[in-house]
Amino acid sequence: MPLPSSERPAPAAGERYAAHQLESQLGRLLEAVLSLRRTVTDIAESAAMLDRDGQAFVLHWTGVIARTNVELAFQFATAAPGTLARIDRSQTEAWVIHAIDAYDRDGLQSGTEALRETAPFEHAAAAVEFDAVARVLQLFVQGLSGRPLPLETAREAYTDTDTIFLPNRISRGATCEENFLHYKATVALLWAQTRHGTYSADLEKACNAYPDPRHALHTLNALEAIRLEAHIERELPGLARATAALRGEEPIDERCVPLLAPSATVEDSIRLIGEFYACASPPHDAYASVLQPGRAAAVRERRIAREKKAIRDALARLREEMGGDEAGAFTIEEAGARELSAAGEYVLELGGVPVSPPAELARLIDSVVQDLGQIPEDYLAIAGDAQPWYASRANRDALESGNEDQGGTQAYRYDEWDHARGHYRRGWCMLRETDVQPGDDEFVKRVYAKHASNIARLKRTFELVRGEERLLKRQPEGDGIDLDALVEGYCDMNAGTELPPLLFTRRRKIERDLAVMFMVDMSGSTKGWINEAEREALVMLCEALEALGDRYAIYGFSGITRRRCEVFRVKRFDEPYGALVRSRIAGIEPQDYTRMGAAIRHLTMRLDEVEARTKLLVTLSDGKPEDYSDNYRGEYGIEDTRQALLEAHKLGIRPFCITIDHEARDYLPHMYGAVNWTLVNDADQLPEKVAEIYRRLSA
Amino acid sequence: MINRPPASGHAQVFLPDAARPVSDEPYYEAVGEEIALFQAAYEDRIPVLLKGPTGCGKTRFVEYMAWRLRRPLVTVSCHDDLTASDLVGRYLITNAQTVWVDGPLARAVRAGAICYLDEIVEARRDTTVVIHPLADDRRMLPIEKRGELLEAPPEFMLVLSYNPGYQSVLKELKESTRQRFVAIEFRYPDVEVERRIVVAESGLDEENTEKLVRLAHLTRNLKGSGLDEGASTRLLVHAAKLMRRGIAPRTACAGAIAQALTDDPDMLRAVNELASSLF
Repeated sequence: MPLPSSERPAPAAGERYAAHQLESQLGRLLEAVLSLRRTVTDIAESAAMLDRDGQAFVLHWTGVIARTNVELAFQFATAAPGTLARIDRSQTEAWVIHAIDAYDRDGLQSGTEALRETAPFEHAAAAVEFDAVARVLQLFVQGLSGRPLPLETAREAYTDTDTIFLPNRISRGATCEENFLHYKATVALLWAQTRHGTYSADLEKACNAYPDPRHALHTLNALEAIRLEAHIERELPGLARATAALRGEEPIDERCVPLLAPSATVEDSIRLIGEFYACASPPHDAYASVLQPGRAAAVRERRIAREKKAIRDALARLREEMGGDEAGAFTIEEAGARELSAAGEYVLELGGVPVSPPAELARLIDSVVQDLGQIPEDYLAIAGDAQPWYASRANRDALESGNEDQGGTQAYRYDEWDHARGHYRRGWCMLRETDVQPGDDEFVKRVYAKHASNIARLKRTFELVRGEERLLKRQPEGDGIDLDALVEGYCDMNAGTELPPLLFTRRRKIERDLAVMFMVDMSGSTKGWINEAEREALVMLCEALEALGDRYAIYGFSGITRRRCEVFRVKRFDEPYGALVRSRIAGIEPQDYTRMGAAIRHLTMRLDEVEARTKLLVTLSDGKPEDYSDNYRGEYGIEDTRQALLEAHKLGIRPFCITIDHEARDYLPHMYGAVNWTLVNDADQLPEKVAEIYRRLSA
Repeated sequence: MINRPPASGHAQVFLPDAARPVSDEPYYEAVGEEIALFQAAYEDRIPVLLKGPTGCGKTRFVEYMAWRLRRPLVTVSCHDDLTASDLVGRYLITNAQTVWVDGPLARAVRAGAICYLDEIVEARRDTTVVIHPLADDRRMLPIEKRGELLEAPPEFMLVLSYNPGYQSVLKELKESTRQRFVAIEFRYPDVEVERRIVVAESGLDEENTEKLVRLAHLTRNLKGSGLDEGASTRLLVHAAKLMRRGIAPRTACAGAIAQALTDDPDMLRAVNELASSLF
């Protein structure tokens, strides 16, 4: 966002700022971190040498960063003049964003370090950004791997066996294709680390046997790369060829030959550390990835424990289905080892009879085999008491997301749009989805009593919309004969003309293929009669929608700060409208603030899972997006919400907003577009209006 | 005015290709007990429901069984506008006469054929009800418009196929329909069988076939993450045939597999990256 013009004593267009002008502007922006000894004089002097565009860039971003962290802005201003001289203009922004992302992720030190790392931006034009290729790589690794391996960014490439971390950008190669190939090869290597058991030994212990464990780990990393490349060459020969072409054939050290055997394990690599430990540089180092044994061990341990429980639950359930205790015991055997045919490798038997495991169980088995090399006996010895299925269902959800927090509910991370930076803050918001606590059943009864005639009327109107079936006349073919057409045709024929061909009738049902998501504001500001009106409106809406037969879901949203965004389930798409949903509607209570962006992104994801020709996202709101403490209030929040809605739009979802805020005209058209919102003047009218608005909207 | 009511001139017309006999043995590679199961169901006059993802060999299996049982085969590909009269038959008007024309289902009943309703869930839900009396021990097809009750001969058999992988709740089979059938589940064949099928159908060499089958497994891992289905055996055969004609493997996979699976640019690229990692 450009600085307000009053802050810029601008020289005539095209002219450069003089050092003293820069000094006063920077001084104002960075005031909070300046002191007698720490001034902006030097910065201003070196910035005075830049051209006008460069100066504008420094001032603009110093201002933007100062709003996030003034110290980081100071570091930026110090580094900028030198960096701008070195790297291409097209890359300067990428450099700044990279640093701010690092700050957002790991704090000031990391941000400062990122500012110093200018090398990746120096061959810039061909650089490949993680964001641009993330989805392709994600799908690529999902294809390779039996279990989900999410990708995230980090300073160095590594995997903790649950997630693959990759650098923000790669610019080692001369062309975009080469850089993409670097990404792809790194992903494949890290995948191979999880697939072929790099972390199945205690690497820390192995390396601690040497005087310099870090150097030992470095050596081991290179040896593992050799071993895993041999696997990759067998399984993905095309990729192996391409990477070999990229870096040129290197002869492999003779001592490493045992690592090339298909049966080689990480233990073989560990044994070889000694051979190469003395060398200053390891035998082979084509990848910029590292080993992180500490993190991997922790993650792996947690996963093993979790999956053990999940497997035992799943087996217990399976045995229950197959006839309980009489069915006998489970045994599992490896059937002809064949690379890559993941789940089919194992034959599960129950009391000597082969059973085909459900997909989820097959995936668990595969995942455990990846960790442990086999399914240990005690996994199969299950007691007779099967876990209630919801216990393991919760497990499974946590497993799929790869995210668990203390509370046990699954946490989702969402990006947030920072309009000042013109970029997303990655994984900025943490969102949880929970059920609304059921409330007082009396409430719904009261609504029925209060609005009885309205509900009956609504139902009739909506049933009419639903039952539309048209009888098409004069069709070339159809189920029945159109007598009118036939009589006319017969007359025509007797008069000497031909019998017309359109003589049939056909019934055609007008099908509504529509899914709608209602997103209800549960912020603190709805307290009192607005909340009451919202709940009444929802009851009536549900009655109407049941008559109509559209698929619908209702979620409330609220939250306080970016780490505690919340979405409350009132009704999922696949849930029937019954007593539970009714009592959840009654239980909707005002909560905290309205950080809308994250909620929209989450519900967009939910809506996107449903298959329908038309998808609507209808927001019931009472005001602007806002949040406690940080700067979500105002322009930032509006722009983020707008961006989230644009994302939804790209997925073919049509957003709409029903509001009771009289000032809505000032900001809603910007967020939802000129026509995609409506104002209900009085909250009391909500119950009567909402269903009606929906009918118009979906007609 | 009409002198004669149209109903007085009914004639009966059978279309010439009423039921197609399967003369040559279709290539079919058994994956389990399905042949014995089908045969037993046929002998006991129980209708059969074939479940499984697209391109895994359901249609080929029916053709093979029709050949084996020496019955003609009537195949109907169901679509969302298929009405009961499309199946049973209707009156047509020619030369001021109404003429009754049997639909494929009625033809199959008369001919004692195997009637195969492919992708039955695609048909309108009310349509599937007409098969109910045929699918239980009555084995009758009422033709209401003619007041006729067709009784199925012992050789007649009804076979449905459906793909339970569809996510839409609208595309589920009614309980009252599915419970009349013996169900045979089809999955993609295992690596060994799939390789044999691709070689037999396309004549491609072992090495490339092996890679193609691997590619199929990699794409099947993507099911649910943006793909509704992984590459089917049918797509592998297509790609293999192209390669057999001298098309470069990556081009063949891009055309026959990636483009056939998705329109999403990222997904296309990912599938192509998987293919190029193998070939």
